[in-house]
Amino acid sequence: MKLTRIDVLICFGSGCISAGAPKLKERMIELLDEHNMLGEVNIIETGCMGPCDAGPVIMVYPEGVFYKKVTVEDIDEIVTEHFLKGRPVQRLMEDADAERKAQTKKEIPFYQKQVKVALENCGYLDPESIEEYVALGGYEALGTLLTEKTPEDTIDIIEKSGLRGRGGGGFPAATKWRFARKNSRFPKYIICNADEGDPGAFMDRSLLEGDPHRILEGMMIAGYAIGAEMGFFYIRAEYPLAIKRIKLAIEQAKEWGLVGKNIFGSDYSFDVEVRSGAGAFVCGEETSLIASIEGERGEPRPKPPFPSDFGLWRMPSVVNNVETFANLPTIIRKGADWFASFGTETSKGTKVFALTGDVKNTGLVEVPMGITLKDMIFDVGGGMTAGKKFKAVQLGGPSGGCLTEEHLDVEIDYESLKERGSMMGSGGVIVMDDSNCMVNIAKFFLDFTVDESCGKCVPCRVGLKQMQQILTKITEGNGTEADIDKLEELGHMIKKLSLCGLGQTAPNPVLSTIRYFRNEYEAHIRDKSCPSRVCQNLYYFEIDKDKCIGCSLCARKCPTKCISGSREEKYTIHQIDCVKCGTCMEVCPVKAISTFPGIHSDVSAVKDKVANDD
Amino acid sequence: MQKDSVLYQELREVINEKKSLRNPLIEILHKAQDIFGYLPPEVQEFVAEELNMPVNKVYGVVTFYNAFTMKPRGKYVINVCTGTACYVKGAPRIIQMLTEILGVELGETTEDKKFTLTAVRCVGACSLAPVFVIGDDTYGRIETRAQLQGILDKYLKDEV
Ligand SMILES: Cc1cc2nc3c(=O)[nH]c(=O)nc-3n(C[C@H](O)[C@H](O)[C@H](O)COP(=O)(O)O)c2cc1C
Ligand code: FES
Repeated sequence: MKLTRIDVLICFGSGCISAGAPKLKERMIELLDEHNMLGEVNIIETGCMGPCDAGPVIMVYPEGVFYKKVTVEDIDEIVTEHFLKGRPVQRLMEDADAERKAQTKKEIPFYQKQVKVALENCGYLDPESIEEYVALGGYEALGTLLTEKTPEDTIDIIEKSGLRGRGGGGFPAATKWRFARKNSRFPKYIICNADEGDPGAFMDRSLLEGDPHRILEGMMIAGYAIGAEMGFFYIRAEYPLAIKRIKLAIEQAKEWGLVGKNIFGSDYSFDVEVRSGAGAFVCGEETSLIASIEGERGEPRPKPPFPSDFGLWRMPSVVNNVETFANLPTIIRKGADWFASFGTETSKGTKVFALTGDVKNTGLVEVPMGITLKDMIFDVGGGMTAGKKFKAVQLGGPSGGCLTEEHLDVEIDYESLKERGSMMGSGGVIVMDDSNCMVNIAKFFLDFTVDESCGKCVPCRVGLKQMQQILTKITEGNGTEADIDKLEELGHMIKKLSLCGLGQTAPNPVLSTIRYFRNEYEAHIRDKSCPSRVCQNLYYFEIDKDKCIGCSLCARKCPTKCISGSREEKYTIHQIDCVKCGTCMEVCPVKAISTFPGIHSDVSAVKDKVANDD
Repeated sequence: MQKDSVLYQELREVINEKKSLRNPLIEILHKAQDIFGYLPPEVQEFVAEELNMPVNKVYGVVTFYNAFTMKPRGKYVINVCTGTACYVKGAPRIIQMLTEILGVELGETTEDKKFTLTAVRCVGACSLAPVFVIGDDTYGRIETRAQLQGILDKYLKDEV
């Protein structure tokens, strides 16, 4: 790194880019040029720093000052006040507590309970510079292993660290490696699963974009351990920047002799290729992923045989998740005991989560295993968005389940979540407030899995569809008492009989919402009412005549022209024609329009009449 | 389109470059879709011939993956994220507003061939939810019709 007086780190994670980070950089260069300071200030584009909600964010070193929600105009003040006069701009800092501003990143509550292992460098270095990665200790772990340790030693260290796969299943990394290592057939392959299929998760994307060399180094460590001299990155096509950064990292590593023949003078050689996904969730499942690399339809293959014996092109292969690889260099450098000092009995180390939904600090966080949901959501996450009440949190995406207020003290690890009908999954955490309808959320996930089922096995293809039909019936107000039992029955059967993990876990969101929010299902079925006012058939809009000022705006904006009235009479919604688009509520200047759970009597009267006529 | 046109020429170059990789079909189809905008039967046949494989194999792959389309698309493809984070933060409403403004349903293209409206699962910008993507640009935290209209206007006037 160049010797400069000031280092400015501008977050170029996806969140901050769309919030305007590139313009900030432009303006800063312009101003530094004006003040003849270009030589004194080093501007670095980094990967995601984590607090996406506060974006665009900037860090200034040597002090470690953290600025949030920076605008182009703010850059002027940062340059003239902070850089020129040495007076950091208080107004742009995050609160440390009610009274004080956080003078440095360390004082910010968002970071305080976090422990960065996989994200060690993310947001701290220029991801397109191999020099910076190496300066921060990069490729040291690989070098040590290749020159001083055998592959068996490597597996032993990882076994001792207790590292489990971060892609969802939580299978011990070392165990899988040992199987592949033992197989005497060559060539072997090491594969990085960067398909990140959980919709609502961006950990792997941020890691690949923010610290690509770390993932490459991790892959080579695993490759060395199992005896693979060829690796594949399988990255979803929706992540073009991740693909670009990994390709660049590979090129740089080749130039430096870190990928290629006889690395670090050892007799280990390694080559690597990047393949992109094509938008199929099931391709995140390892055997489907392998089929996809082979250029086939990404359909799963029955296990056993496992990929460690018959994987890519029927050769011994190991598929690991991006974050699993990201942990490896640090474990090797800092030691297995250090890593195992974090976490719980069965789940060691840290886990990266993508915290989203109705929580204040949405973003990327890394916390020690064993942290409670409460600490993660309310301390790191800063609690619910203004004025909202916590209702549920969904972990594990479409394969996972939701947990409720009573679980906030649960210490997060693989087992504790599973026991309660949820799962660790890959790390997507969706926090939901009380405006969410849990039946609707369950249906959302099921719509997803029905869509993404590859159709190869019947329980998953047909069974999920039946569950979907029942849920549709319920959310449309046509559910019957027996439906809940039927859903549970189908769910358990599909879990037992499906070919791959997709079907084996797809019923979880439905089962867990029935378990914890049965009353909501019952309200939809018995009272024909959506208590959270989400399911369109089961709530209605009404104008409060006492508040209405008769301005006619709603009537004019209504797309179905179902609102009429006059200044004197005030306005009324004709319920039969209302499509519940919500436009009237959005435009009403006096907030006279509200929603109510249930079916409006006008509508149920018509429904009853139709039923009788039939 | 003639198979000796510039586009096919470009595709042939891509195929020659990737041919040496093992099983490069999906990589080639990605590029083919970049070049043509979609994957009509002729293009699939062309790829099959060049790679010496049965065309039904190519077809099987194209139909399996959501990223491939056999329908022509508009100049700008609006990809609305319907991932979980975006869903709980109001993606259905964004879709409803867009279908009303553009007068097309999901998966369709406007008559002037300007916009295609599609849905995508999580673009990894969940903290900006609800999110949609047009080309390389990600738009987040959209709440009102007016904001949407403002963004679309930029594209209508080709100011991007
Ligand atoms: C339907 C389905 C989707 C999956 N999606 C992913 C994914 O997107 N990323 C991932 O790393 N693992 C995913 N997995 C898990 C993989 O099959 C595999 O267990 C994992 O990549 C192994 O890596 P790990 O041991 O490092 O976790 C998925 C599994 C299933 C059944
Ligand atoms: S859920 Fe929409 S970007 Fe992730």
